[in-house]
Amino acid sequence: MKLITERREISSPLIRFAAPIISIAIALFIAGFLLLANGVSPLEAYREILVESLGSMYGLSETLVKTTPLIFAGLGVSLAFRMQIWNIGAEGQIYIGAMAASGVALFSGIGNHWLMMIAMFGAAFLCGGLWAGVAGFLRARWSVNEVIVTLLMNYIAILWVDYLVYGPWKDPQGFNFPLTAQFTDAARLSEYFDTRLHSGFFLAIFCALLLYLFMERTIWGYEIKVIGSNPKAAQYAGMRTGLAIFFVLFLSGAIAGIAGFSEVAGLQHRLQHGISPGYGYTAIIIAWLAKRSAIGVVIVSFLMGILLVGGDSLQLLWQLPVAFVYAFQGLILFFLLASDFFILNRFKLVRSERHA
Amino acid sequence: MLEILLDATVRAGTPILFATLGAIINERAGIINLGIEGLMLIGALAGFAGTYVSGSLLIGVLAAFVMGFLAGAIHAFITVQLRGNQIVSGLALTMFGIGMSALFGKEMVGLTIEGFERVAIPGLSMLPVIGKSFFNQDLLIYFSFVLVALIWLFFYRTRWGLAVRTLGENPAAADTCGVPVNRYRFLAVTIGSGIVGIGGAYLSLASTPMWIENMTAGRGWIAVALVIFAGWSSPRALLGAYLFGGITAMQLRFQAMGTTISAHILQMLPYTFTILVLVISTIRLAKGASQQPESLGQPYDREDRK
Repeated sequence: MKLITERREISSPLIRFAAPIISIAIALFIAGFLLLANGVSPLEAYREILVESLGSMYGLSETLVKTTPLIFAGLGVSLAFRMQIWNIGAEGQIYIGAMAASGVALFSGIGNHWLMMIAMFGAAFLCGGLWAGVAGFLRARWSVNEVIVTLLMNYIAILWVDYLVYGPWKDPQGFNFPLTAQFTDAARLSEYFDTRLHSGFFLAIFCALLLYLFMERTIWGYEIKVIGSNPKAAQYAGMRTGLAIFFVLFLSGAIAGIAGFSEVAGLQHRLQHGISPGYGYTAIIIAWLAKRSAIGVVIVSFLMGILLVGGDSLQLLWQLPVAFVYAFQGLILFFLLASDFFILNRFKLVRSERHA
Repeated sequence: MLEILLDATVRAGTPILFATLGAIINERAGIINLGIEGLMLIGALAGFAGTYVSGSLLIGVLAAFVMGFLAGAIHAFITVQLRGNQIVSGLALTMFGIGMSALFGKEMVGLTIEGFERVAIPGLSMLPVIGKSFFNQDLLIYFSFVLVALIWLFFYRTRWGLAVRTLGENPAAADTCGVPVNRYRFLAVTIGSGIVGIGGAYLSLASTPMWIENMTAGRGWIAVALVIFAGWSSPRALLGAYLFGGITAMQLRFQAMGTTISAHILQMLPYTFTILVLVISTIRLAKGASQQPESLGQPYDREDRK
């Protein structure tokens, strides 16, 4: 007897639904051993994560606060995924968006709240978009690998923000900390329920709806999907692939840039060193887990928000490095990829053939 | 002055050289590996921990290779056996490497070891200008020279090398000729990943003999870009790695001289430069300067063979 694999004719919806859940469960199981190796009881740690992130109104609001930038960045990355374009640079686009919004908040002198919000939003959208647009242009014009370009530009963006907050934009009254002066009230999003939850969250949900409509109900969305699934057919149909690549990366970066706007206007109220602790990288997992749906991005972002809030408290309680969350996210991705195999294939026992 | 700069160039370029060589072996067999950054970190930690525990640098380097090999085996299994998406698996490997090295390196922070020391090669090290910078270096650097030659010989002068190159170009043809596609691809990914691990170990055993969280600072990604610059050939990888090393050395020199240019701006140079190099080499690639492995990034399933 011999165990072989063969393709499934059609994959069952049950397996499709169960696969990601099982993947996360196995990743949790393996991560448990990592925790044990670091002298932390996994059950206690997982309980702690859930209690901290969902156990109280405050915890829940903190989870939503972390969910907010993840939704924006996740939407941006998943939009590019739809066209088989890899935007690994959401992290840098968040920084550039935050920088642009902060620049407007600090130096424009606009007094009106709504005008200020629109100006900050516009600046973040445009700059985040152009930042990713560089990779889009290079990809469309000379087919330069966008994975490497977007990723390397993350380092440049983070260094650029560091340059500003350590140098020309540093708050003279900031005791030499790497941060800018606080924004005026006009440049702040409203907060709710006496927590740090801000309008950025609702903007993110709205953005997800808008993107859903864009992809499913407009001709541009249709073109993006066609180019993504069959670029040759798209070209024969007269779609302008090059322009679409630039446009998609621009929009992808612009949406990630809004995350930067939302972080500085809603939460930090200033630009500072390390404004994003890797939201842009988590966004890649979110986009992959959510497959093709904007609504999926919202749900997965919430799950990752739980993980991030929980990860912070693990760090406080057991001095686990924050990067532990990365190891866990890597594990989830590994098992998701492996699960795809079982969605597409099945095992079968066959009698081994005798050679005559 | 030139000697000092050249010396710093070689030392800054070596970790990237190892990483680029490892990535080339991966891609020659047709598998994209974006986990280089994570593999380097795993190698850096394993190398440091191995040396710290055993007191032997050789054990450290071996540990870096073995851990790189094992971590690479995850990527290999997912992309070769399970035919999973290579880009996502590589990114996952990078995240995994960053996280695992931070988690298990927690206790290594602040410890010190005796790093690699310079060993002058008699005769050669007396050569004017290049003697000191190339032949009065540590053993790992000499090993990297040997590796460049060995990899070239392997790919262009051995049967196995030809088989591996065929895997990257046309795995179906290789399969027809009786080459065990999956086994060779698996080995190419794991051995390549082990070599990337040694590149990480160079950072923690020679550049700065200590472990710092996330000490690779994007060098793995630069290596991924240099593979294209190198046109998948090991001697050109040497050139690329030193080109990058030169930029880093110059940037450090500027800082040491106390310029008024912000350190943050200077630190951007290697990344900006790498993007520039990537664009130029991609354009040259399109003009036929070198050839990308035809089946790079595509999983192979015998059932799909036409």
